[in-house]
Amino acid sequence: MIQTALNLIVVLVTIGVVMAVVLLHVAYLTYFERKILGWMQDRMGPMEVGYHGLLQPIADGLKLFFKEDIVPAQANKIIFTLAPILVLVPALIGFAVVPFGRDSIHLFGLTFRPYVTDLNIGILYILAFASIGAYGVLLGGWASNNKYSLLGGLRSAAQVISYELSLGLAIVGVLLMAGSLSLVKITEAQNGGALHWFILPQFVAFVIYLISAVAETNRLPFDLPEAESELVAGFFTEYSGMRFAFFFLAEYANMILVSCIATILFLGGWHAPFEALSFIPPILWFAGKVYFFLFFYIWIRGTLPRLRYDQLMMFGWKVMIPLALANILVTSVVLFFIRG
Amino acid sequence: MTLVLFFYFAAVIVATAILVVALHKPIYSALSLLVMFFHVAGLFVLLDAEFIAAVQIIVYAGAILVLYLFVLMLLNVRADEGYHQQFRIGLIVGLAVLVEAIFVLGQSGFADRDPAAVPPAAPVPGNTEGIGRALYTTYLFPFEVASLILLVAMIGAIILAKKGIFGKEERGR
Repeated sequence: MIQTALNLIVVLVTIGVVMAVVLLHVAYLTYFERKILGWMQDRMGPMEVGYHGLLQPIADGLKLFFKEDIVPAQANKIIFTLAPILVLVPALIGFAVVPFGRDSIHLFGLTFRPYVTDLNIGILYILAFASIGAYGVLLGGWASNNKYSLLGGLRSAAQVISYELSLGLAIVGVLLMAGSLSLVKITEAQNGGALHWFILPQFVAFVIYLISAVAETNRLPFDLPEAESELVAGFFTEYSGMRFAFFFLAEYANMILVSCIATILFLGGWHAPFEALSFIPPILWFAGKVYFFLFFYIWIRGTLPRLRYDQLMMFGWKVMIPLALANILVTSVVLFFIRG
Repeated sequence: MTLVLFFYFAAVIVATAILVVALHKPIYSALSLLVMFFHVAGLFVLLDAEFIAAVQIIVYAGAILVLYLFVLMLLNVRADEGYHQQFRIGLIVGLAVLVEAIFVLGQSGFADRDPAAVPPAAPVPGNTEGIGRALYTTYLFPFEVASLILLVAMIGAIILAKKGIFGKEERGR
């Protein structure tokens, strides 16, 4: 009985720490993005709140918290309220299976592992919840009772479904090589330096994954669901205050989640690239790789123009999916002959 | 504990399944169907079939139901005014099937079968591996037939959607 209670405490503390860390990174990712975009455009970015604007995310959070909560008169109130939750929860729940580091921490005779749980279907779990996120967007757009919101919601759902396919198919190549769906086991399979990372044999899958992940998270150049020049703000046009903040948090949490998955699947998770560099703690390697992907996101946002909607769909179905399927075929044939 | 969870999942499944057909707004029906899919996945987890649970959510909740919602929103289906005329006939048929099902299940003697008498399943390294092995050895033929049927459906859908693709009715680009 006491053992059960202790285990429960360990799990709850781990969940609390993971949530706190993720939400903190989500908040500072907005700062990171504004700073980088500022520098790319030869501006300073946020400078006023705190040293070089370091407290800006906190000020933004407080502002959103105190804003008036407006529900449009013609909106469907139940679904309007439900939609932001349906977007945020799947974005955060995926972090439960991400292994952030190698070493468990021992405190007071309890063992805190660097992940909440090691599901044997880890990657499928993340895909399953990622697909639920589309509901929030679709329903939020519909419940607002606004033509821009509805169009934004429909576009977003169509885009997410299309790119989810190539995302899932890109992952299959890695799964074939690792022989497991568990993210912990996939990380372990890439042990032994940068030459064992799956980015080398699975480079095609890596590129497909990166592009699909940008589309999955509705970021530029695939941000048609919220294209401000034609749809005001897309599915969250009518949202304000904390509900808006939920959509916002979910977008950034999703960015971090897909970056974590890319790190685990292709860059060896917390493994150091060379044996000589393994004195740096694994968790820092993990964070560094994740931030590399996050920078990449912001970088292409600052560089590329938005695609047209039909180009986006055409590209997804006629280029990405056939390429991903070909990658699976080649990988399985090669693996069959190597392993006999 | 498992039993409590089972009854929770079962109760929610039955309740939401009834709501799917009883609610008047199509969007609400779709949402209760979503809740139902999640609880069916919960039942699979209780049976230690995590793989099927995940696939259940990915395929049904993540793909099929989103398409339903899509159609509902694009067509902007109005709320149904009331039950259709065939409701009474449906009720009678449904009750008859329910009575039959209870009768058959009562006869088959599920209740008094000793759980210990059921031979334990062969140990597998994990249920993902187990399913893979079963699909590609024992059930290889049905698996291939199913994939062929899906292929036929796919080709059929393409041909229906692209009318005139093989004829004169050429569409300009």
